[in-house]
Amino acid sequence: MSDAKIRIRGVGKTFVNEQREVQALQSIDLDIQPNEFVTFVGASGCGKSTLLRIVAGLESPSRGEILLDGKPIDGPGVDRAMVFQHYSLYPWLTVMQNIKFCRQLKVIRDTVRNDSDVETAAGRADALLNLMGLTRFADAYPSQLSGGMQQRVAIARALMPKPATLLMDEPFGALDAQTREVMHDLIRHVHRLEKSTILFVTHDVEEAIYLGSRIVLMAPRPGRIDSIYEVPLPAQRHQDMKLSPEFTELKREILARIRETSGMQTDLEQLAKLSAVTG
Amino acid sequence: MTEQINIPSASTSAQQRHTATPAAPAEQVVRKSSFWRIRGEISRRSAWLLTVAGLSLPFVVWWLWTALGLADPMFMPSPGAVLERIGRWWTSEGLVTDIGISVWRVMAGFGASALLALPLGLYIGTYRPVQAFLEPLIDFIRYMPAVAFIPLVMLWVGIDEGSKVLIIFIGTFFQMVLMVAEDVRRVPMAQIEAAQTMGANRGEIVKLVILPSAKPALLDTLRITCGWAWTYLVVAELVAANSGLGYAILKAQRYMHTDKIFAGILLIGLIGLLTDQAFRWLHRRAFPWMRK
Repeated sequence: MSDAKIRIRGVGKTFVNEQREVQALQSIDLDIQPNEFVTFVGASGCGKSTLLRIVAGLESPSRGEILLDGKPIDGPGVDRAMVFQHYSLYPWLTVMQNIKFCRQLKVIRDTVRNDSDVETAAGRADALLNLMGLTRFADAYPSQLSGGMQQRVAIARALMPKPATLLMDEPFGALDAQTREVMHDLIRHVHRLEKSTILFVTHDVEEAIYLGSRIVLMAPRPGRIDSIYEVPLPAQRHQDMKLSPEFTELKREILARIRETSGMQTDLEQLAKLSAVTG
Repeated sequence: MTEQINIPSASTSAQQRHTATPAAPAEQVVRKSSFWRIRGEISRRSAWLLTVAGLSLPFVVWWLWTALGLADPMFMPSPGAVLERIGRWWTSEGLVTDIGISVWRVMAGFGASALLALPLGLYIGTYRPVQAFLEPLIDFIRYMPAVAFIPLVMLWVGIDEGSKVLIIFIGTFFQMVLMVAEDVRRVPMAQIEAAQTMGANRGEIVKLVILPSAKPALLDTLRITCGWAWTYLVVAELVAANSGLGYAILKAQRYMHTDKIFAGILLIGLIGLLTDQAFRWLHRRAFPWMRK
């Protein structure tokens, strides 16, 4: 398949500490198609965030390469927006100024040629604000918003330059369960609307199944791809599907596999000894 | 006294809470939530009262001490005598000129220091090579006592205004660079990386992210180092000065004018307090987004 949006070829990453070398990623091979929604799960230390950061260009791989539309990635770029877990909004700017932040940057200004482009951009900012349900908060500062609203601003800001690829690193990790559900439907909606390719890292298996069309399960020590699951759900999703047998079966399977690969199984015998001592 | 009353009442109300009915007396809840709770809030009025009490306490003790005749006025003048002295200083001994020249020296030394420390600290905090190159050196110089530079400064710069400004500069600059660098390093990496993934180049990241993000901390650094600049004033005016608050204090010692020493110290304290408040006011005005 030569038309892959992102081709990851033998990508490895070794972090060198003062004392030792840590192999965060061994050798990753993965093709991601245009408009695909791929979610990454795995036990902590499996390198899923590192892989995402390499695709973003924030880290460079120690081995191998990543091709984006056939061209190797060299540093971060406006074609790959990233949404972080938190602390990435600019607290000194209002919600609207945060969303329009990229308009001040040279790469964006160079593409704006005439007044109609400026108008479209302003319209896009308004549309994103509206899509995220933030119209009333256009002039509020991030510190005045709840965590869920702050993440919606961060998503709107990332979408503003019309990135072909959206990279999300546990963007809802700090949100409560109800807010998360709302965000899930929102991000699925954005995916359909913007036709973007989305790479989404999470530690929440349910989230990974509900959002993704494909799930990449990674395993730690050293970080590697363990298995890949196709999600047997239609493109149009709703919350009730989380209770369907296919959904729960897949969830059970993935959770079990993560437990097996984590190397952190609870030793019941040890636990019994512990309770004998404390009891 | 209040502690002794509060502790048992706190424990009884805690006991009552275990068996609590929802309609526990509101009065007790209020009492428990007040004064001695860790990081608790107090009302604006109590805050003001405590501030005024704290500021006036040393003056009251001082006044009592002298009024009861416990101290020799030669060594410990009364508050009244010091006030009177300030009046005389103002009318016939050129207080305004002394304050003016001292403020000028502090501001020149502090201003020059800030002018150089801000860009240098920004570079150290942003680029690791600059940090590795300069930070250990600055750390080393920072431990050299500024006072010990006085003989050198006199030999190199002479004894005019430049030398006084230079000593204040030496006293504040090196600390300031390191604090600015630390402020810059505290800018969250996610803020910088978000800009990178939107296609910002290095210059844009410094101008549009690092600087605005660090600004409140930088203003705080300026506020704190401005206080240090004032502490070096007296030292700086050791160098063949013939005017200024520090010089007046030193001269007063020669003539045993303890009242003028007191007056000089109090005035420097007062000017410092006013500058500090001005910085705080500016902080509130400039960064409305920090308010919750």
